[in-house]
Amino acid sequence: MAECHPVGFQWVMEAKKRGATIIHVDPRFTRTSAVADVHVPLRAGSDIAFLGGLIRHVLDNDLWFRDYVIAYTNAPMILREDFRDTEDLDGLFSGFHEDTRHYDPSSWQYEGADVAAAAGQRDQWSTMTADEQIGSRGEKARRASDTDRGEQAGSGGSPFHGTPERDDTLQHPRCVFQVLKRHFARYTPDKVADICGISEAQFLQVADALTSNSGRERTSAFVYAVGWTHHTVGVQYIRSAAILQLLLGNIGRPGGGIMALRGHASIQGSTDIPTLFNILPGYLPMPHAHEHLDLESYISADAGTKGYWGNMDAYAISLLKSWWGDAATAETGYCFDYLPRLTSGHSNYDTVLKQVEGGSEGYFVVGENPAVGTANAKMNRMGLANLKWLVVRDLQMIESATFWQNSPEIESGELRTRDIGTEVFFLPAAAHTEKDGSFTNTQRMLQWHHKAVDPAGDQRSELWFYYHLGRIIRDKLAGSTDPRDRPLLDLTWDYPTTTSPGRPDIAEPDAEAVLAEINGTGPDGPLSSYTELKADGSTRCGCWIYCGAYADGTNQPARRKPGSEQSWVAPEWGWAWPANRRILYNRASADPDGKPWSDRKAYVWWDSEHERWTGHDVPDFQPTKSPTYRPAADAQREDAIGGNEAFIMQADGRAWLHVPAGLTDGPLPAHYEPAESPVPNMLYGQQANPARQVYPHRLNRLSPSGREPGAEIFPYVFTTYRLTEHHTAGGMSRWLPYLSELQPEFFCEVSPALAAERALTHLGWATIITPRGVIEARVLVTERMRPIRVGGRTLHQIGLPYHWGANGLSTGDSANELLPITLDPNVHIQPTKAASCDIRPGRRPTGAARNALVAEYQRRAGITDETGTTAVTGHPGDSRSNGKAGS
Amino acid sequence: MTFDLDTRLAGPLADPAGEAGHTDAPPRMGFFTDTSVCIGCKACEVACKEWNAVPAASTGEQSTGPGDLSGMSYDNTVGLGGSTWRHVAFVEQTGPPPVDLGMPSVPQGADEGDREMRWLMASDVCKHCTHAACLDVCPTGSLFRTEFGTVVVQEDICNGCGYCVPACPYGVIDIRPEDGRAWKCTLCYDRLGAGQEPACAKACPTDSIQYGPLDELRATAATRLADLHDRGMEKAQLYGHDANDGVGGDGAFFLLLDRPEVYGLPPDPIVTTRDLPEMWKHAALTAAGVVVAVAAAFIGGRR
Repeated sequence: MAECHPVGFQWVMEAKKRGATIIHVDPRFTRTSAVADVHVPLRAGSDIAFLGGLIRHVLDNDLWFRDYVIAYTNAPMILREDFRDTEDLDGLFSGFHEDTRHYDPSSWQYEGADVAAAAGQRDQWSTMTADEQIGSRGEKARRASDTDRGEQAGSGGSPFHGTPERDDTLQHPRCVFQVLKRHFARYTPDKVADICGISEAQFLQVADALTSNSGRERTSAFVYAVGWTHHTVGVQYIRSAAILQLLLGNIGRPGGGIMALRGHASIQGSTDIPTLFNILPGYLPMPHAHEHLDLESYISADAGTKGYWGNMDAYAISLLKSWWGDAATAETGYCFDYLPRLTSGHSNYDTVLKQVEGGSEGYFVVGENPAVGTANAKMNRMGLANLKWLVVRDLQMIESATFWQNSPEIESGELRTRDIGTEVFFLPAAAHTEKDGSFTNTQRMLQWHHKAVDPAGDQRSELWFYYHLGRIIRDKLAGSTDPRDRPLLDLTWDYPTTTSPGRPDIAEPDAEAVLAEINGTGPDGPLSSYTELKADGSTRCGCWIYCGAYADGTNQPARRKPGSEQSWVAPEWGWAWPANRRILYNRASADPDGKPWSDRKAYVWWDSEHERWTGHDVPDFQPTKSPTYRPAADAQREDAIGGNEAFIMQADGRAWLHVPAGLTDGPLPAHYEPAESPVPNMLYGQQANPARQVYPHRLNRLSPSGREPGAEIFPYVFTTYRLTEHHTAGGMSRWLPYLSELQPEFFCEVSPALAAERALTHLGWATIITPRGVIEARVLVTERMRPIRVGGRTLHQIGLPYHWGANGLSTGDSANELLPITLDPNVHIQPTKAASCDIRPGRRPTGAARNALVAEYQRRAGITDETGTTAVTGHPGDSRSNGKAGS
Repeated sequence: MTFDLDTRLAGPLADPAGEAGHTDAPPRMGFFTDTSVCIGCKACEVACKEWNAVPAASTGEQSTGPGDLSGMSYDNTVGLGGSTWRHVAFVEQTGPPPVDLGMPSVPQGADEGDREMRWLMASDVCKHCTHAACLDVCPTGSLFRTEFGTVVVQEDICNGCGYCVPACPYGVIDIRPEDGRAWKCTLCYDRLGAGQEPACAKACPTDSIQYGPLDELRATAATRLADLHDRGMEKAQLYGHDANDGVGGDGAFFLLLDRPEVYGLPPDPIVTTRDLPEMWKHAALTAAGVVVAVAAAFIGGRR
């Protein structure tokens, strides 16, 4: 965190000054480790084993927060009889279809009820039941296809059929609590030590520190970044932390929580109002071409069910009204037909593959640098070289705009400039200091920034670019009678523009007008809360969770009242969604009766005298709903949430230890080795996440893992990361002299032991090879890298900062040449944090010899397109075939 | 104003600004750099260069290519100089663990023979000495004592003679090869005059660099040091805070977690002009002796 979020890290240092214990769990000894109280240098890719060990420690030693767990989690829920755990199936859960590499989650459900997720693959279950209801065999088969599953992300409806059975004594052998205990029983300290390459004592030190600082009087917080998410099991990493924090009662309470540090200034904002293919603003799911023929079927799974997602019709219709204004009426289905539809996976990497194969004509690259900044950089460049046109908007002439001129493929002769047909349009972009706008940070807090200087030359803001692009396209289409042009022509595209004295030539759209549109309006003007949204077309709202950001017609994110002039929660500093709530699910900071768990940790509570919720923050609960409220059997939406149910977005009002629906790779986290790992899985026969997305391709070959022959050719683990001095793929730093001089070129970090083993010399050159590519780096030999003992053998890890490319002041090879495209099946993220490689002294070959070296390694390791793509690698046996529910 | 030769060039001096002729001077201002909370982000280095328009040292047209990578941990600035007025040192320490550092460490991994290590970071800067030799030796008056008690070099007066460079006991001030003049930290004199804190202190996210009246900073530092000692960090020590040291105490002082040498700082700096009075006395005595001898020779000759 100190390394990549130094500004945010000031608060960690502040906490440390006040006596907090800082524990840093990271394969590398970083600037964070340097000031932490404890550093745990675990093996890259072994975190679920570590967290699983902590979960077992908490359960086995009765260190969990009993009252919290029984009241607010699904620990008492009883699972179906046909559920099988990894304990039963050597690393698989029930429901896995080996042929299609996907899980049928029906056996993960509660006994007596079917529930859909409030986030993640929310339609997973409702689709299945719909299929069964309609008896549509074709539909079901289509759902099962590899590319299609998990394409609908985001949150959404919470169909809740029936009443789940539960046992508040937690004794029932099939209740979630008992399942959890059995599932994590094998994550013993000695196993954790063996898998993670740490000592048992060190594990127990962390376990003690965490558990002794959790409970009624104390809370602990988790902070993570892409070191946890960039794995083929990334979502399950976070799930592990969620289970742990729920067991310890650290969610919804001050000083608790799990904080996702984002990779850029407003990545949170770009998921809230997404730049993703599979969600709409406010985590509404992107409709599917075949399943959501009309608005009714899109929202039918959700309306009139339990929890706030029951109001999805109001959120969705207000969004459609916001986009298509007067054209969106009940008669036109609020223009639902205008929305694009999913037909299959359209993630970043699916697109890259389509480009390589020639199925994609044009591409916008905005604020990204895929030629050096994305896993399997070569495949990305081969895709760019196979387009008709490419638009690059960036601050600098990045490698993605010059790949046709100076890419490694040009150097090796694999591509020739004159053969590349891609027409590249480079459009210089304005920096954040040159435009108004907002950032949404990891706390879901919007902060407004005002333009400091006019953009120079041809630099323009994104807002300017997209507004005028839309305006010009609409002008060109004016008068068209073609129905396919209606979605563009009917758009509300009426943002006022202004000019500044310094740049009278730039008609800049008013950013605050966009904020007002996102906030939404009703018959009486700006809305102040999402609870005011209606499904009757009388309200417009561009993103329901942002409703209130422009309450009273005031720019709430622009508020900058100093902390010294307001309460410690600082509600008047910026604005946090939803409803300016600083801690989500803060109802859980009080016990079921509405009393704070302790005076020390009081946050929001029930004021019985005034019969309303009150406290330091905006209560995440209906303000006048008494803790004693119990819903009638036919209650719907938020009315179906009892006064003692804290997790109001959930279909059952509870936080999930076991996930009955919503995940594509299992209801509980299990330790799988990275997709490429020289280490065999020491917990299960199943080596890697069976549901991981694989892309067998000649440009995307994988190394053998574990005990497979050829794995020894790539004996080392490498991990990629950022340095404080540079930003991501370098577009914002490698061109700046003051930053480039601080880290002037690409280097790799190795331990003295590995340097000795491979004859690497400090400041000399090293060549690093994977089945995707070969790069060279200067060598930094440092004691901060340490060999570790894993499974009885010594394992070396190599550190690779990934900022570099050929352009700019600070240059070098890109670490992304080495990384594979093998994805987490829930969120389609690439594994940048752990893969296997070889390293040798000296510079890499150039010209045609560069590819020849990679081919030579592939040959030596016996690699084919199929290597490393096998789904099920467990020991064959009766138990496994039992696991194939539905077969 | 009295001129006291004993405190003019060395020893404790309560009011350097007053001594330099400033009347109604504000309290002496300075830096307290608490390295125990430094995270090595180098924001101070960048903010300093941005505000003071200091050129980049080792990239661009002057770049010598791969040689730029120093190999000194994450420190590629290497040291203070004409174009580096803030410098963050990165010290990787390995060895047998002292008794409870209270600091981060790579604990005994599963591998035999692992040694404890820690990574020290510290942002160095001009010390703005109570007795600044650079100022004392400057023949042009380019270097002067400000009303804040800081030492500033004026680029429009400096003639590049370079006397100040060997005079500095810390090796801070240096000639910038591109223009031949001497440069160093001004403690952002232009910002101070406008009531602003120096750029590095403003940019420092963890308050490792603190700016304020020196008296207050010294009190803060003493409290912090006691706190660290209480936490078992026995080697924590202040550096440059003592008015009785060889430079009369620094206007920019430090809390270090180890001996100064570990950070590349001189353990016992002495203002190079300290012995000037003594030297002049000796010179005067010698001169007087010569006069007497010569006179004696003449007197003797008359006989």
